[in-house]
Amino acid sequence: MMANLTIGEPLIKCVDVTKTYIMGEQQVHALNKVSVDFIAGEMTAIMGPSGSGKSTLMNLLGALDTPTSGDLFIEGRNLSSLDVDELADLRNKTIGFVFQQFNLLNRATALTNVKLPLRYSREPVADIDARAIECLSMVGLSDRMNHRPMQLSGGQQQRVAIARALATRPAIILADEPTGALDSRTSIEIMELLVTLSKQGITVILVTHEEDVAEYAARKIYFRDGVIVADDRKMT
Amino acid sequence: MKLKLAISSAIEALLANVLRSFLTMLGIMIGVASVMAMMAISEGAAIQVDQQISALGASNLTVRPGASRRGGRHSGANSAPPFTDKQVQILQQEPYVTAISVRNSGAVTVVSGSDNWATQLYGTNVGYFETQSWGVTAGEIFTQRQISQSAAVVVIGKTVADTLFEGTNPLGQVIRAKNVPLRVIGVLEEKGQSSFGGDRDDIVIVPITTARNRILGAHKTTPKHVSSITISIADGYIMADVQNQLEDRLREIRRIKPGSADNFRVFNIADFVRARSSTQATMGVLLAFTAAVSLIVGGVGVMNIMLVSVTERTREIGLRMAVGARKGDILGQFLAEAILLCLIGGLIGSALGVGAAELAANVGGFPISISPMIAATALSAAIFIGLFFGYFPARRAAQLNPIEALRHE
Ligand SMILES: Nc1ncnc2c1ncn2[C@@H]1O[C@H](COP(=O)(O)OP(=O)(O)O)[C@@H](O)[C@H]1O
Ligand SMILES: [Mg+2]
Repeated sequence: MMANLTIGEPLIKCVDVTKTYIMGEQQVHALNKVSVDFIAGEMTAIMGPSGSGKSTLMNLLGALDTPTSGDLFIEGRNLSSLDVDELADLRNKTIGFVFQQFNLLNRATALTNVKLPLRYSREPVADIDARAIECLSMVGLSDRMNHRPMQLSGGQQQRVAIARALATRPAIILADEPTGALDSRTSIEIMELLVTLSKQGITVILVTHEEDVAEYAARKIYFRDGVIVADDRKMT
Repeated sequence: MKLKLAISSAIEALLANVLRSFLTMLGIMIGVASVMAMMAISEGAAIQVDQQISALGASNLTVRPGASRRGGRHSGANSAPPFTDKQVQILQQEPYVTAISVRNSGAVTVVSGSDNWATQLYGTNVGYFETQSWGVTAGEIFTQRQISQSAAVVVIGKTVADTLFEGTNPLGQVIRAKNVPLRVIGVLEEKGQSSFGGDRDDIVIVPITTARNRILGAHKTTPKHVSSITISIADGYIMADVQNQLEDRLREIRRIKPGSADNFRVFNIADFVRARSSTQATMGVLLAFTAAVSLIVGGVGVMNIMLVSVTERTREIGLRMAVGARKGDILGQFLAEAILLCLIGGLIGSALGVGAAELAANVGGFPISISPMIAATALSAAIFIGLFFGYFPARRAAQLNPIEALRHE
């Protein structure tokens, strides 16, 4: 399904993306004419101080929000040309979002949580239970399928959230401070999981505050006051 | 929108908070129960009226001699002459007549062996059984020939048969009325209570000639008099028109000068019953209306709680959108929740309504009728209420912006 993507074109392309919030009299430029590309399969860490616009960018990349101006292209499609249903389908099929606060349904089991995106999928999945179980075992939770979030540790909850993000086999995983609510040992486990996914060809973009977490990524982008101030690729 | 998904998500949400779901549907339950009960009671009343009317003959007109209220002039009831066989024969020629019956009546005591019983005796023609749609369960009715012969035969009502013969076969037995021996040739079908409270089966019927000449003794006055005529009107005629035509014809036949008061009256007995029951029907409509209002109040309750629920679950809605739920999916889920609440409330309410109606029947003595139609109406009303009052909260949920919903505290 990368029909619109010509060879060499980036998977995600941002052109002069601006997001402005109006707070009373004041205008807050959360993002100020940001242009950046993400190449398929490359794991990227986005860093920068609090309030520098990292989450704003992630929400735009995840088609959860719309820019004030500028264009975003995912798999060659301009998001501003898509209607609300097409955006919903894009979030379902192409993007897996991982939140800092996990955002699991508390009354549902791990399995039911992972099945959620599959139930909204427009492309019928033959056996959604099998698919959800497969995703849970990918994150190492095949023995916790029928546990509810309250019965799981923070790290395990974030794994369930990652399994949910993987369920529809998306090309992109967006993780906004996925380790922000976890201790350092658990953080390492989650990062190793994301690296594994990246090696399987999924484009992982994550936000983090911590330099040692960012070390797992092939590319580091630094934000300050809504603009990119540095963009480093690891030499391999 | 995915229907199965909407329903399964709705069921999950409802099960997640059973107590609240139950409290939400309480209003609908009470509303549907009262709609059901009220409909059952007013339907029961309507059916009773219909039965009474058809027992009297829905398309019958009855003519009696008597003073008319027409023109504001009253002549004494007693001064009005009865009808005659001749007049009946003339009326029979009218195009709208399908059957015509005559009846003279009097109180008699009938005797069988050592038993006696005070009852009502009718002298009638053969047409009487036709206008009253009244047949026999045993034996037969008398014939035209027996009428011409003033035959001493009698057809008896069920009450009389039960009282005088207590299980033995009355056919062929002889009873005496005013010392005239009458052979029982038929037992009438049971008619039950009349709408005026009398026992319609407490009756003996003889040929009108036998009644006049041998029992009631009216021959002392006019040998051929008839005190009451009933006419069955053919299908396709309008009763009120026929009634006017009949009145005009009777004035001609009975030679009433223009400007003089009528000396007869034409009754449409069905109208009597309808008039008597119309207050009852109005009450029924009012009660059903009140019940419908309570259903709407229940619907508003559902809407309120659904709105609270949408606010409480804003983050969940945001998450569903983030993983790919379309607007229509969210709309469908919340609509399905509202409809399911109302449907389940409606089902429980229907059961309660049937119970309440049965109670009204057993304790209050109301006639009731519980038809599948009533249940279907009450349930569709509940579903409609769910759809109507669920739409606003569901739309509010569907219109949420994903990122704002996710940030909601
Ligand atoms: N919904 C909002 N309304 C108003 N201002 C916002 C909103 N979201 C973010 N901002 C502002 O935009 C800027 C960037 O925020 P954000 O992208 O969340 O930063 P980060 O994730 O890097 O900490 C901040 O100044 C923040 O206050
Ligand atoms: Mg942030």
